Amino acid sequence: MSLLLGAVAYDPKVVTIWTGFRTWFRDRGVDFDYVLYSQYERQVEALLDGSIDLAWNSPLAWIRARRLARHRGAEVRAVAMRDTDRDLASVIVVRADSDLHTLDDLRGRTVATGAIDSPQATLLPLAVLADAGVQARIRRHDIGVGLHGDHIGGEREAARALRTGGADAACLIDANLLQFAREGVLPSGSVRVLGQTTPYDHCNLTAGPGVDAEAFVDMLLGMEYGDDQLRPLLDLEGLKQWLPGRTEGYAALDAAVTATGFYRQDGGIGATGYRP
Amino acid sequence: MPPVIDLEGLGLDGGAHLLIDHALAALRPGESLRVRGHHPALAVQLAAWCRSEGHLYLPEMTVVKGSADAERWAHAERAGQAAATVAERAKPEWGLAARGALVEPGGPPLDVDWAERDHVWADIAPQLYAQANANQWNPATAVDWAGPHTVPDDIEDAVVQIMTYLVENEQAALMIPARLLARLHPHYREVMQLLAAQAADEARHLEIFTRRALLYRDVLGVSGAGGRSSLQSLLDEPDYTLASFLLSVLGEGSFLDLLRFVQRHAPDRATADVTMLAGRDEARHVAFGVAHTAHVVRTDPAYLARLRGAVERRHSVLVDTAGLNKEVFDSLVVLAAGSWTPDAIGHGWRQVQRLQHTMDEGRQRRLEFIGFPADEAAEISALHTRNFM
Repeated sequence: MSLLLGAVAYDPKVVTIWTGFRTWFRDRGVDFDYVLYSQYERQVEALLDGSIDLAWNSPLAWIRARRLARHRGAEVRAVAMRDTDRDLASVIVVRADSDLHTLDDLRGRTVATGAIDSPQATLLPLAVLADAGVQARIRRHDIGVGLHGDHIGGEREAARALRTGGADAACLIDANLLQFAREGVLPSGSVRVLGQTTPYDHCNLTAGPGVDAEAFVDMLLGMEYGDDQLRPLLDLEGLKQWLPGRTEGYAALDAAVTATGFYRQDGGIGATGYRP
Repeated sequence: MPPVIDLEGLGLDGGAHLLIDHALAALRPGESLRVRGHHPALAVQLAAWCRSEGHLYLPEMTVVKGSADAERWAHAERAGQAAATVAERAKPEWGLAARGALVEPGGPPLDVDWAERDHVWADIAPQLYAQANANQWNPATAVDWAGPHTVPDDIEDAVVQIMTYLVENEQAALMIPARLLARLHPHYREVMQLLAAQAADEARHLEIFTRRALLYRDVLGVSGAGGRSSLQSLLDEPDYTLASFLLSVLGEGSFLDLLRFVQRHAPDRATADVTMLAGRDEARHVAFGVAHTAHVVRTDPAYLARLRGAVERRHSVLVDTAGLNKEVFDSLVVLAAGSWTPDAIGHGWRQVQRLQHTMDEGRQRRLEFIGFPADEAAEISALHTRNFM
């Protein structure tokens, strides 16, 4: 079995993580290697043209991969995900002392978001506003465009804009609500949650059309947090346990992608001003 | 009914996770904890926190304890049995953990060369370190820098030359423990502390000898190539015990007598003060070097041959060099003479001969203490560098 995985280099730690995993797999007789991409769009295209067998995909990249594959009459499969990729939520927060109390109050106000391609800090929370029929002024923070929100910078800038009065509300993933409190970007008690998304899923390991990754995935799912050599890598990658892939947690994002035209049904890029 | 924790108005952005962790500590993985509280964002915070900690979050504010924490510490071991117990062998995996700490596995191993107690240890190390701390002194105030300047010019020349020589020796004596301590496993904390104190001692000696040299002059004396070759050969010794033996037992041991000599013949208070203060520190360095070398020989008597080999090797490297430079030797004679009459110079010359004899006796005594028979101690002492250090 020889498998090549693609990962997006959103942070230098990606090299540590996948080099460590490569060693672990090779020690177990699996001919595994990885390549890095500077952004998700190229990685998805490489998965579809067979340059790589597996892609460590953002939720948005998963949606594009599936659309591209189906347009060609093929299928990609979400074969694994982290325990931390399941049932996330994004929140829309306002300053605790503001006079905004319902989503409706955001009508015509300024809402700070992450980058144009961030599922968690842009596409999903804006879909919540759209579903509520609220039209707001969007102040986007396009940091790390092409990384699908993996780069925390856009979200942090959105939080800062809220704090300093540059925006009336900000969109964040739930975990960053705690992270930004620890960092002091949004100190404890400084914000109030006005609305939130329904639970959704995040990254997954996507197998390209026709790729047999079953044995590989079995080994991946067998990784144990109690393994002292693996644990530092799992900590870096932000999981305690690999779980089988599932796709029902991407419905809301798929609908948001369709509603905004971010990708066309054939997988083509439709978003205006999106330059990864 | 699962246990319940009431967070009242505290959120997880304000420290509530401590209370939850505290309550979870009493539970086994798979057991549940109900969480109550009236922080407005508690549910969304709790779900995010559970996910990051590997616990399962169930709606209606229930935390099912995960196994990640138990797995993280499952193979943990203490870095040595206890803080007060020095292990025979320190594992690289203990890394920088404090002696006796519970060490989570999986950290980077520490890349150090010496991780065996008997390679670095001496039982006297903790006491010597305590003594080093108790005997710290301030170069600015411990020396009488402002005393009357009554030293004749040609005697001052000799003092400046001797100080110049002392500085270069102390530079070697600083670099060697600094190099050694960076290669030592920190489990042997007292040895590391002692080496650090030794390096700090030498740093002060550099300062006071330089300051004494420049007390009445603008320029220093000369530095001979032979003396520097001899000193640098000490830096070339890669083995911990051999380096410690050559530097502290033989070199600094001989230096003790030299410092006493300069103190006894000092033409002013400042010279007497700097040599007395440095001598006190050096005595401690010698004590550790002797105790450590003796410890190694006790655990491995065959080590005596390696010690002898190190001295012979160094002797053969230096055999064609001048050793002690002429200017230093002459300055010691002039210092002891105190004036330029033939009688005085003859007296000074005899004093320096006696100094060399005293140094040789001291070296032999220390070599015998370490475990050499008397005749071999005499032979080895005779091979010691003419440059004293």
